[in-house]
Amino acid sequence: MLKESLRMSWQNIRANKMRSFLTILGIVIGVTAIIALITTVEGATQEMTRQFSELGAGKVSVSVSGTALKRGLTEADLERLSELDNVESLDPTVSFTRHVSNGQRLTENVTIEGRNAVYFQRSDGLLSAGRGLTPMDMDRNSHVCVIDATLRSALYPGEDPIGQTLIVGGQRFTIVGLLSDGSEDVMSVMFSSGDEGKVILPFLTAQRMVHSNSVTSLGIYIHDTTRTDETIDDIEGVLNAAFNYKDDAYRVINLESLLDAMDTMLGMMTTMLAGIASIALLVGGIGIMNMMLVSVSERTMEIGLRKALGARPKAIQVQFLLEAVMLSLLGGVIGILLGNMLSLVFALWLEIDFTLSAGAILLAFLFSATVGVIFGWAPARKASQLNPIDALRSM
Amino acid sequence: MDEKTLGEKILIMDDITKVYDMGGEKQTVLKGIHLEVSKGEFVAVLGPSGSGKSTLMNIIGCLDTPTSGSYVLHGRDVGGLDEDALAGVRSKEIGFIFQSFQLLPRLDALSNVELPLIYSGVPAHERSALAEKMLVRVGLKEKLHHYPNQLSGGQQQRVAIARALCNNPAILLADEPTGALDQQTGKQVMSLFHDLNEEGHTILMITHDQGIARHARRIVRLLDGILSEGGVEDA
Repeated sequence: MLKESLRMSWQNIRANKMRSFLTILGIVIGVTAIIALITTVEGATQEMTRQFSELGAGKVSVSVSGTALKRGLTEADLERLSELDNVESLDPTVSFTRHVSNGQRLTENVTIEGRNAVYFQRSDGLLSAGRGLTPMDMDRNSHVCVIDATLRSALYPGEDPIGQTLIVGGQRFTIVGLLSDGSEDVMSVMFSSGDEGKVILPFLTAQRMVHSNSVTSLGIYIHDTTRTDETIDDIEGVLNAAFNYKDDAYRVINLESLLDAMDTMLGMMTTMLAGIASIALLVGGIGIMNMMLVSVSERTMEIGLRKALGARPKAIQVQFLLEAVMLSLLGGVIGILLGNMLSLVFALWLEIDFTLSAGAILLAFLFSATVGVIFGWAPARKASQLNPIDALRSM
Repeated sequence: MDEKTLGEKILIMDDITKVYDMGGEKQTVLKGIHLEVSKGEFVAVLGPSGSGKSTLMNIIGCLDTPTSGSYVLHGRDVGGLDEDALAGVRSKEIGFIFQSFQLLPRLDALSNVELPLIYSGVPAHERSALAEKMLVRVGLKEKLHHYPNQLSGGQQQRVAIARALCNNPAILLADEPTGALDQQTGKQVMSLFHDLNEEGHTILMITHDQGIARHARRIVRLLDGILSEGGVEDA
């Protein structure tokens, strides 16, 4: 019986192709907008999360601007920070620019970073060849370095840079590793001074190169990320003491809380935009209701006949309701396809990952089915209550 | 025909009245109808337009309910049944044949005949076999998959008759079955009615046409809402 109703509804939709198409256009547009919106925002959020999490979960960044008396953190400050509860390790960074050469060619304004071994231990996928800097390199102040792809193509085009010698600030370093393309995390992009390439040296070696023993940029890895807020309070306590309670001397950035805030904001934006797009669905639903009402009055004779042949009112109602739901779902399915195509185009354009959002598809599907039921109900009921005598007489 | 069922009453109407309320003014269309039809009869209800024919047909066909009186169809009192129950009675007991055939234009002959089977709950695989058998019975073996607009008037009415027959109803109810046909085709349809009656089908036909009414074995006259037995000559 249900199968028959489905078949009959489908036949009727197909018999009025143009009209059915125009009727579902509102639903198609609404669903397309919702799908494209949700999928694109989800893709963008994922991309951002990916970029942020490359820093490693549970990392707090401290950047110091210092005071007139004290430029950065001292060895003793770092000692105190590393002794804090829940602090796993410190990753201080020193960053400056120098001329760099391979003996024949020279590149100016290359970013030099001094980093600890912990940076290489905590960052996956950082290197495309060779090795990172090890604790042993740190202890021995080895003259080894890691360079990035930009510098490699400037100084060693078409060559294997590993094992080659690099001259930084008059000192000779052996290249042991190559950074992979696009491995730069958000923070180092934000703080690096040029795009002429980058060299990473052991931290103390680099620090000596600038004749400084204070640290202005520091990453702090923490054990238990559920206690991040407490630990941040402790860190700020140490920093306050170090800078005499001048709290504009430093900044503590917790990337996780930044990410959370951004997630919340994006979520709110999506909800709002989806809300606006669902107005199109409402209009689409009214279109379906209109078409169904027309259909009921056009098919008065058919309804009367079906009743005379033994159709119960319920059977008529189910048939017309199914037709409305089918129209609406058809619009929903077309909208889901179009919406995903549109977000694929967006993803390629914005260079973000495209993933099918099962949640958005399910939502669109349920939403369009609901629209069909709500706006098909009244016309279907009207059809089921037609008096067969009047209906037959109208022929 | 089974001996025991001979003389069994298919339809018993007792003192049926129908009053319409036309904007506060009561209009009595049927004024105490008594009618009995036995199994295997071929009855024509003859009456001019305005005599209450359509109202009577609607009540017999369970499309409408009388204002008063009792109506027993195939042993069941159909007075006071609700809409769902009446739909069930229409589905099982009555085969409608209309003046203008009332075929659904988007369905082929076979699907049109299957329609009442859908509503009486016959399973899909039995439906088409049964519908095909009925179409063969009315002589449309070659036209199973023709659409109504590909069929002549006479052929369309045969499809409608096949549709009326397929649930094996207690009574075939024909409303001016030849009204939309030319004389020649009308005669053919009447001869099909004869054959069906010979096979034991009970037929009640409503018409204003004396020539058509003559094909029935028994004629009742309806005039101004009053029914009386009688031949064509008295009409």
